[in-house]
Amino acid sequence: MHIVVCIKQVPDSAQIRVHPVTNTIMRQGVPAIINPYDLASLEEALRLKDKLGGRVTVLCMGPPQAESALRKALSFGADEAILVTDRAFAGSDTLATSFALASAITQIQKDMPVDIVFTGKQTIDGDTAQVGPGIAKRLGLQLLTYVSKIDGVDLDKGEIVVQRRAEGGAQVLRTRLPCLITTIEGINDIRFATMPNMFRAARYALKTWDAKTAGVEDLTKVGLKGSPTIVSKVFAPQTKAQKAELIDSEGRKPRDLALTLVTKLFTRHPKLRDEINSRAL
Amino acid sequence: MSEIFDAIVVGAGPSGNAAAYTMAKAGLKVLQLERGEYPGSKNVQGAILYADALERIIPDFREDAPLERHLIEQRMWVLDEESYVGTHYRSNEFNKQPYNRYTIIRAQFDKWFSKKVQEAGALVICETTVRELLLDGERVIGVRTDRDGGSIYADIVVLADGVNSLLAKKAGFHPELEPKNVALAVKEIHFLPETTLEQRFNIGADEGVVIEMVGKITKGMVGTGFLYTNKESLTIGVGCMLSDFKQQQITPYALLEQMKAHPAIKPLLDGGEMKEYTAHLIPEGGYNAIPQLCGDGWLIVGDAGMFVNAVHREGSNLAMTSGQLAGQTVVELKTHNQELTATNLKLYKHKLDASFVMKDLKKYKNLPHVLHQNRQFVTSYPELVNKAAHEMLVVDGVDKKTKEREIRKSFVAKRSWFGLMGDAFKLWRAFE
Ligand SMILES: Cc1cc2nc3c(=O)[nH]c(=O)nc-3n(C[C@H](O)[C@H](O)[C@H](O)COP(=O)(O)OP(=O)(O)OC[C@H]3O[C@@H](n4cnc5c(N)ncnc54)[C@H](O)[C@@H]3O)c2cc1C
Repeated sequence: MHIVVCIKQVPDSAQIRVHPVTNTIMRQGVPAIINPYDLASLEEALRLKDKLGGRVTVLCMGPPQAESALRKALSFGADEAILVTDRAFAGSDTLATSFALASAITQIQKDMPVDIVFTGKQTIDGDTAQVGPGIAKRLGLQLLTYVSKIDGVDLDKGEIVVQRRAEGGAQVLRTRLPCLITTIEGINDIRFATMPNMFRAARYALKTWDAKTAGVEDLTKVGLKGSPTIVSKVFAPQTKAQKAELIDSEGRKPRDLALTLVTKLFTRHPKLRDEINSRAL
Repeated sequence: MSEIFDAIVVGAGPSGNAAAYTMAKAGLKVLQLERGEYPGSKNVQGAILYADALERIIPDFREDAPLERHLIEQRMWVLDEESYVGTHYRSNEFNKQPYNRYTIIRAQFDKWFSKKVQEAGALVICETTVRELLLDGERVIGVRTDRDGGSIYADIVVLADGVNSLLAKKAGFHPELEPKNVALAVKEIHFLPETTLEQRFNIGADEGVVIEMVGKITKGMVGTGFLYTNKESLTIGVGCMLSDFKQQQITPYALLEQMKAHPAIKPLLDGGEMKEYTAHLIPEGGYNAIPQLCGDGWLIVGDAGMFVNAVHREGSNLAMTSGQLAGQTVVELKTHNQELTATNLKLYKHKLDASFVMKDLKKYKNLPHVLHQNRQFVTSYPELVNKAAHEMLVVDGVDKKTKEREIRKSFVAKRSWFGLMGDAFKLWRAFE
């Protein structure tokens, strides 16, 4: 079995700060991490490999610094790592990114057919959740999003059964391979790398592909040219927090208290009052 | 079967990097293990780099090392609650290349140094903690890490694991650190725009200022405060002996807060945004507290060996030099097919003795003791000196002669003539 896991290196959003004066996002000094959703994918892929054997290839499109993310993935136990990096990709949105990754996966297939492609549900820096589905569509893979558990893979039948987080419950889905799975966060914990894998990751001769090697011939489909999305402005929302007010409840009846509370709420938000009044009618 | 290396270096601070670099550059098979996420991630941010030590290891470091500002001005302040008396020394000599001292951000600098180590051919593995040394009788034969399959073997293990070397302690090479031999320092980085910094300190682009502070800010504890300018931030911190913190029941955090509120310091920080807060130990026991430095199959370098010159606030340079000398020792012994035994490794000790590392530490060997025994240096004197300055500068109709007499009287009231003379002598002896 051959599994491709797409990973992205993202700034650790927990450590991103907003400049107090200019209100811009300060990226300086923010550590880069593997997108947490992708780590969940990687762990699922490694577990499948532990059970069924085969190969796990990690694929990353990004700047040269993303090498560290790939080495980390190798240390957890991935077999191969490919960094797709080219100036031509700079500024790619989700449409262009899924195009580039789909092309790269097509190239990877030439070496060994791919049964499952994993991506995270979304990235923590873009939050679009579009790249995984984009790749599936382009490669004609069965698409399983929001997956929380893989119940089983039957390689002989070419089938997979997964659980999918859906509104108000879980769905159990069976589909045929090859497929693309996007995972949600918190479904597993990434393993602790062994010493031999640390050595292997540190010494691994990373495969670096430019646009051409990744099979991208038409450069108008990637980078800024291939990206219809325009980020016109990035800013931090104004915090709206207002001072809390404590209502003294000492020795007061609940009804009385509730009335005070509602009156205060309605005074501050007259629209709310109007709406509730209109519904009550 | 696990791999065998010529050398394993534990820790990727300045001392470990210097050792690993020197050995890898000479063609040895070197493994370096660092528990932090990346080299520098565990290291206190913002520091002064003394160029000379690094230059001897990487002569062209100025080409790509992440240097913040070169220092052109040194201020020494003696503070009481309200004021300070001080000297400022600024010289255009400091503006002539090659520069001698720089401010650096350790997280970036250590990362850069580590890249050089890797380019030299060493295998560097991070996020891996060495749990213990593997011994064959007395001889260190390798290390065991916290990972599965984590035993790794080498002809020599260089302990560059910093102050409070748990490994050396566990193996019995090192006694428990004594609180009177270590300082606890806290440090903050305050972000300020470049232009603001340059105006505030009257410096040009790339120029920097350092302020060393003693006096009331340490609340009677033996210690110093410091402030220096990075590219677009300020580092401010204070460090005192751990034993003093314990005795005075002051938290380092509270001490730094009070220092930051001092009327002479506050305006310098105005408008800055605090980016980082870190606390770290500094081994300040000096020459007399240096542990055993080598044995069969092992060497100690850097902070783990107590190589810090507390008087001049130098540490990283002693760390790098000791690392380099350790590396050279191993290379020389290996080239001559000599075994890395305790006896042969004494060569390291000889190299250290001949270097500024031991010479400087020897010079100040009594200072820690003198300061411990004579609190007046950090309590009464700062106050007296400030009062004296104040007295002389206020124009209030009192003649200068009377003022001088009053000042003399105030000194003697706090401390007898005999005491004053004695203190001067003690200090002179300690620095001499
Ligand atoms: C607040 C403060 C300010 C200072 N300012 C200056 C200054 O301005 N100029 C100056 O020259 N010096 C300064 N120093 C001193 C200087 O920081 C040290 O002397 C220097 O860092 C020592 O280098 P080292 O390599 O020996 O140790 P460290 O830099 O402490 O490096 C030790 C490394 O070993 C790693 N490690 C420890 N144990 C293990 C283990 N078991 N397994 C794997 N890895 C391990 C640690 O993570 C760490 O990265 C300052 C120190 C402090 C605390």
